[in-house]
This record gives sequence, structure tokens and C-alpha cells, in this order.
Amino acid sequence: MFAIYKKELRSYFINAIGYVYLGVFLAASALILCYTTLALSSYDTATYFSAITFSFIILIPLLTMKLFAEEKKLRTEQLLMTAPVTIWGMTIGKFLAAFTIFAGSLLASCVNFFPLYSYANAERAAQDYSSIHIGPSTANIIGCTMGLLFIGAAFIAIGMFVSSLTENQLAAAVITVAIILVMLMLNAVTPYIDVYAIRMVIDWLCVLSRFEAFSQGYIDIAAIVYYLSITGVFLLLTVRVYDKRRWG
Amino acid sequence: MIKIDHLVKNYGPNCAVDDISFEVKKGEIVGLLGPNGAGKSTTMNILTGYLSATSGSVSIAGYDVLFDPLEAKKHIGYLPEQPPLYLDMTVEEYLIFNYNLKNCKLNRDKHLAEICEIVKIGDVYKRLIKNLSKGYRQRVGIAQALIGSPEVIIFDEPTVGLDPKQIIEVRNLIRTLGRDHTVILSTHILQEVQAVCDRIVIINKGRIVADELTENITRAVENNRRFNVKICGPQKEVMAMLKAKPGIVRAELLSGRDGDAYCYMIESEVGVDIRKSLFYTLAEKKWALVGMEAVGMSLEDIFITIVDQTSEKRRYERRDSKARRAQKTSVESEVAKSMLSKTEKKTSEFSGLFDDDAK
Repeated sequence: MFAIYKKELRSYFINAIGYVYLGVFLAASALILCYTTLALSSYDTATYFSAITFSFIILIPLLTMKLFAEEKKLRTEQLLMTAPVTIWGMTIGKFLAAFTIFAGSLLASCVNFFPLYSYANAERAAQDYSSIHIGPSTANIIGCTMGLLFIGAAFIAIGMFVSSLTENQLAAAVITVAIILVMLMLNAVTPYIDVYAIRMVIDWLCVLSRFEAFSQGYIDIAAIVYYLSITGVFLLLTVRVYDKRRWG
Repeated sequence: MIKIDHLVKNYGPNCAVDDISFEVKKGEIVGLLGPNGAGKSTTMNILTGYLSATSGSVSIAGYDVLFDPLEAKKHIGYLPEQPPLYLDMTVEEYLIFNYNLKNCKLNRDKHLAEICEIVKIGDVYKRLIKNLSKGYRQRVGIAQALIGSPEVIIFDEPTVGLDPKQIIEVRNLIRTLGRDHTVILSTHILQEVQAVCDRIVIINKGRIVADELTENITRAVENNRRFNVKICGPQKEVMAMLKAKPGIVRAELLSGRDGDAYCYMIESEVGVDIRKSLFYTLAEKKWALVGMEAVGMSLEDIFITIVDQTSEKRRYERRDSKARRAQKTSVESEVAKSMLSKTEKKTSEFSGLFDDDAK
């Protein structure tokens, strides 16, 4: 498992996909910060984080599309499947590699908040009353970053599952984009639906509806369980795709 | 070491492997021989746990591949038909990855150096696999199979795409490996199994048609039945004589000529050496024999020979059972009948094979 993790991580940085992902994500997050928080000259980061979620639509498939599709195409999966590694080991190794890049980039993007804090310091120093809180909400930042990590894990698992179904990377990417797009957009539909039951189901499927608690700085255990279960289910499905071949 | 028991694999309505059973003992080199699409690769993929079998079981070193895959896979080194290489790695990185993947406990640098020595990839050790030629890629694939020094090594068409010198090297390598490993290799090249294997299992259309020691098969091959002969003499009369001569089952006029001699192709009956008697017959008639060469037997011919032999065996059995039938119960006649139908079935199967090949 560790060997596969290392290999995948390495391959992100040989094939430029890792650099492209990091570059695009960091650039996008910085731009988003400019156009949301900084443009409004406020300290409110809630819009920033919800905008970031939408950048995942394009970026997560970039990470996951090749994980299994490429192995299938190059027939290297034969090597992994005939090596003394469990299918779970292989899947989790790959998942962790993609997640490492994702989490790394997300943590690196926290650099964006330094200007906010330094502005806040400057502003606080300029004002003599310190009773009013000035500056970005640290709880919001930490909560949202955590929430994003969980959402990202779920999306990566979905992307991996799609990748395991095809040997065409492009097809894997497009399908993943579609799925993530739908999952993120679902809550835009809910206000137009009158039937409570349907609305509840859609709300349940919608990833963003559970994100609100994080943005207020709460750690919502139910949401965490929800994201982890999505991750788990899709990892399991990926394993089943490969298991199926072994068991016929 | 390897035990394959009533293995069946269906791809939808197509049956790729149809009830194959055989065993391989420790230290044996077994060749799976068969035409393209015979089910060799499928069998190997099932052996290595890559594919599942529809029914039947495979055990490697006592571990069932389906139920105890991890233990079974620890004992296998596998080179698939297309070497599973990561093109963006250097040879060194690739081998180290495999070393880690297989959780190998041997001293890494020493072990890898040994393997590179064996398959001779030392000079490309630091190069990207992407930039290697087919032959080198194949060798890197072989190196991968050797990592961890597994007890069972499985090669699927190991010499495809190699140049003649490399082919000989690889064959020698497999011979050497056979000393302390159990090796299964598949190929559609007869000379290859002859050169390398102790035992040959011939597969056609998913079934085992022969499972013999190489010596026996080689004997069958060397027991030549087809000759190209060049005879000076009146063409029609010579042809008539050849056709009439006992021991010759087939005679054909070939298109080539050598001076005033015509070329003919003759085929003798199984187990008859026609050469001497042909020489004396020709000498009597004062037709000079200016050339005679044995025509090597192709894989198809081997099939014929083997089928001929098995059906002959069956014929004896049939005769025995006939004798017994005269004395004993009618149950045995049923047995004999089923045997007879089996023989016929087998023969017709093979005539089918040749039709296919002719296409």
C-alpha cells in the first residue's frame, strides 16, 4: 500500500499534473480571495470558501482521472493485481496520494489569509478601542478548511470510482466533473420544489447544505459522518469494481 | 507446486478455457503451447489471480488463488503478455517500486544488482523505460517477475518482440531459472518449448489436447514423415510410382525444378521410415534421386501427430473392449461405445482446427 502511495505521489510530479493542479489551485484561490474578500475590503471569508468549493469541479477530476484509467490502459494494473497487495491496499494507497496533494494545496492556500491578518493588525493598532473584534474570523477559516478537506475526500473517492470504470482518462474526467457539478448545484434547485419529501432527498444529497455549520465555525459531527460515508461508499465501490473481476 | 483443477472460464457465451486440469511439480519447466486464442493467456491470468475462473480452482504452493490470494501471490512472479511497465519511471525506480510492492525482504541493492546481472539491463539502469527498445522493455518485465525470488515464475510469451540473439538469451535464462524455480511459460512457437521446457501442455480451443514430456513430443517431431524429394525421371511415371508405393500416404508434384529433376513432396505413414525403400525402388528403375530433405513439422503437424497417436491408442483400447464385449456384459459395450464416440469427437475437433488454421 505504501509503495503504491509513494508511486502515485511521485507520478503526480513527473507528469506535470501535480504541478498544474497546485499552480491552478493556488492561483485560483488567490484570485478568488481578491475578488471576494479583498474587493469588498471586508474580513468575511464565507464567500471565499464557497467559491473555492466550485473550483473543485474542475480541479478534483484532474487529480483522480488517471488513477485507475491509466493503469488500465497501460495494462500496469495487471502488475498491481498480481502483486501481494490487497485491493483495499491499492485503492487506499491511490486515494491517499490524491488526498495528500489536495490537502497540501488546500493548506498551502492558507497563505492567502496572511494579508487579512496583517491588515487587521494594522487596523487594530490604528484604533484605540480594542473591544470590537476586527479581522477575519479564525473560527470560520479553520472550520471551512476542515469542511473542505472532508468534501475533497468525498469528491476524490467519487472521481476514483469513475476512473476505475473506464480506461479513457478524458471520459473519467468529464463524468467526474458532471457528478461534482450536480452535487454542488443541487441546493440551487431546492427552493423551486414544493414537495417536501423530494426537497429533503435533494437536500440530503447536496454536499453544500451540510457545509454551512463549518462556515460558522462549528464542527458538525453529522456532516463529517456524511462526508466520510460518501468517501467510504465510493472507495468500497471502487474495490468492488476490481473484486468483481477476481470473483467473476 | 501448482495445481489446476477443472478450470473453466467463460466470457459471456464464449468459452476461453474449458475444463483444464494439470499439475506442475516443483522445479519443473512447463510450456503451454497452442495457437493464438487457445486460452493460454486466460489460463495464466487466472493462475496469477488477475482474473477469476468461472469454475474450478487453482492453488499455488498450497494456497488457493481465490480464497487466499495474498499468500498465493507472494509465491508468484508474473510477466504478462504486455510487460506492465510504467513508462515514466527509470528502470531503477521501476524495480525499486516492485521491490517495495512485493514487500521483499532481501537486501535491496544486492538483490536488484543480481537481477540486473541476470537479465542484462545494467547498462540501461538509469534510463527512462519510455526510451527503451522493445527488447529491453521485455527484459525489464522479466526482471520485475524475478524480484523477491518467487518460487513460481509465470511468463506469458516471453520472447515476443525480441531479436534472435535475445531470444536465445531469454531461453537460456529460463533454463537457468528452472533450476530453482518452477516455471510456466506460454508460447505458440514450438522450438521454444522444445528448447526450454521439461513438459509440454498443448492447448487448443480451451482444452488440453496433449500433456507430454518434451522428449516424447520431440520424438514425434523428429520422426519425420514429410520429405521434399528431387527425382530425375519421367514425371508421370514417377508420380504414379510414388502414389502406388506402400508406406506413402500422400505424394504431390511441386512446382520447382532442379536441372532435369522434378520436385515432389511425399508423406509417409506414421512410424514408417520411407527413405531407404524409396532409394532402392528408384535405383531399380534407374531414376536418380538427386535430393531429399525432411520438411520440418509445424505446430499443426504436431497436432496431427499427437491426435493420430492418441486415436491409435484409443483404437487398441477399442479392440480390447470388443474382445471383452464378446464374452461379457452389455455394460461394457456401452463403455466401448462411449469411447468410440469420444475418439470420433476428438478427431473431428481436430479437423476443425485445421480448417481454422487454413483460413
